[in-house]
Amino acid sequence: MKTKKKFNPAMLWAALVIVLVYVAVFITEQLLPASSMLFTVLKKGATYALVAVSMNLLNGFTGLFSLGQAGFMLIGAYTYAIFTIPVADRMNVYQYYNGGLVQFAMPVVPALIMAGLAAALFAFLIGLPVLRLKSDYLAIATLGFAEIIRAIFQWNKLGALTNGSNILREFPTFNDFNIRNAEGEVTLYLSTLVPFLIAGVCIALIVMLINSTFGRSLRAIKDDEIAAEAMGINLFHHKQMSFCISSFFAGIGGAMLAMYQSTIQAKAFTSAMTYEILLIVVIGGIGSVTGSCISSFLFVACSEWWLRFLDQKQMIGNFEVPLLRNGFRLVVFSIIIMIVVLFFRQGIMGTKELPDLFKRKKKSQQEVKA
Amino acid sequence: MFNTVFPYLLTGISVGGQYALIAIGYTMVYGILRLINFAHGDVFMVAGIVMVYLNASGLPLWLSVLLTLLITVVIGFAIERVAYKPLRTAPRMSIMISAIGVSYTLQNLVLYITGGLNQFYPKVSFISDSVTIFGASTKMVTLVTPILTVILVVALVQLINHTKIGMAMRAVSKDFETSQLMGIKINSVISTTFIIGSFLAAVGSMLYFTNYNTVIQTSGAMPGLKAFVAAVFGGIGSIPGAVVGAFIIGICENIIKGLDIILFKAGITKQNLGLATFSDAFTFALLIVILIVKPTGLFGEKTTDKV
Repeated sequence: MKTKKKFNPAMLWAALVIVLVYVAVFITEQLLPASSMLFTVLKKGATYALVAVSMNLLNGFTGLFSLGQAGFMLIGAYTYAIFTIPVADRMNVYQYYNGGLVQFAMPVVPALIMAGLAAALFAFLIGLPVLRLKSDYLAIATLGFAEIIRAIFQWNKLGALTNGSNILREFPTFNDFNIRNAEGEVTLYLSTLVPFLIAGVCIALIVMLINSTFGRSLRAIKDDEIAAEAMGINLFHHKQMSFCISSFFAGIGGAMLAMYQSTIQAKAFTSAMTYEILLIVVIGGIGSVTGSCISSFLFVACSEWWLRFLDQKQMIGNFEVPLLRNGFRLVVFSIIIMIVVLFFRQGIMGTKELPDLFKRKKKSQQEVKA
Repeated sequence: MFNTVFPYLLTGISVGGQYALIAIGYTMVYGILRLINFAHGDVFMVAGIVMVYLNASGLPLWLSVLLTLLITVVIGFAIERVAYKPLRTAPRMSIMISAIGVSYTLQNLVLYITGGLNQFYPKVSFISDSVTIFGASTKMVTLVTPILTVILVVALVQLINHTKIGMAMRAVSKDFETSQLMGIKINSVISTTFIIGSFLAAVGSMLYFTNYNTVIQTSGAMPGLKAFVAAVFGGIGSIPGAVVGAFIIGICENIIKGLDIILFKAGITKQNLGLATFSDAFTFALLIVILIVKPTGLFGEKTTDKV
């Protein structure tokens, strides 16, 4: 137990890297124009990082193969939107439903927490029957639940709450965090830092959870359910908790996605979205929080930015590169993903975390000295 | 009452038959590899796209039908060889992720080729013709589907029960390792399974898209999921189970689509409840109920967990 409190330089380096990232985000945001693609990628990347880490908590650390992430994101996004649309705009947004049912607006942070709680509540109810199922049955049942949730939110009888199949808009977005002066000019850009902060706090909470006794029980369940049960771990209780916590953060992730997109519609939260997040987790390494974060930024950057040139005609001298046209980006992208899935099953990080990288470096240095 | 319900029932039986043809592919693959082949729905969609392009190239209809079947079978075979075979010893989760990756790749490939536009499915003479039965007007395909489905299923069951390869399939699905020790060539059995599955999916796609007229890269996702639910409902690994499950799901789904009108005409409800929104959700609700009440499905075999 004493060794635990020992000063760990690798942890310090890791913390330093994280602080540097935040500082870099803050500074670039003040310097570069706000319309730069970089910020789109960073905002969406932070959102996806949170959702990917929440999925990793289930798939990578508890060994529950759940495909319901899009459903929980939908609940989070809708809860956030429903509670934060300014009262003055409600008549406009809920134009077919007479201004809607909810006639108050919450500040952003309580609404985010509400979004998480709503998703966790649904997860609790869904988990009661579903978590007794085994591996792939669980996957398909959670996928089914996500579809059911999507249908319920589009039902026009609930329109007073969810606006039926119409879009929700006018709620606070990331851009509303920029500090403006009296003339409406932006004096301090915060619209990228804020998603980083929200995602950072949530991911830090998840990491703390993973490293707690509870997290160790989850890993035991992942390694061998029967052995874990024999060691006195209540399987159902732990799975249920893990499922609810993961959904809580997926809900917050959904709310962040709503903030990023500035409009939301239930029909966008399809199983394809869950698959995307699953692929992010796989590319990053199942069982690595750091990997999920890195790969979500890479994934978003590739799909939104770096591979864009593949969608347009390119000339090298007088030679027109063949095959390049709309949609080619996605083909290249899916082939890269297949290569990772088939040949680099460990993903970027395997099960390593940020501090491990520094540890390894230090060891090799010691070896050189010796 | 009958006149209101009958058209929905008819469509339901037809759609059920089409789901059945897809569901067999799922259930056979699951029976042997214990893998939910998420890409199967997309193979079904690709078959539709292949047919569209072959027909547009001016080939005679019979030839494009044959070529579609052939190309789909080759695609199914290739997917197994490229994406699943290298992962045979990997954990089950890896293979399932690979299947999701294949599904993603196929959809993006079709998006690239078609430019993301709806493709109009060619009219196949005879099965596209209109026909009227008991006062309900429908396409010939509605009548052809259940008959063709039953014929194909009977043929398949004969194949599985009375041929050498069928016997090998049954052995492999009972115990993968032991059958390998007994000298069964696992890889050829698995390939055959994928070939049969893709062939039936191609037949299913011709019937399905004749009914719905358009194909787009996401057309395969929903029918694929529903067919999988049908396979689970009937008891995964059981072919008759998959067929029965598919018909039940097809019929229920279409009745729900028309439930508003049916209830209204029967005088039970006074206004439109918008229940049609739930036609897809119902399938999954059914899935969850069956998984909780009878996880082995209607005709499934009981398995026990071994330490």
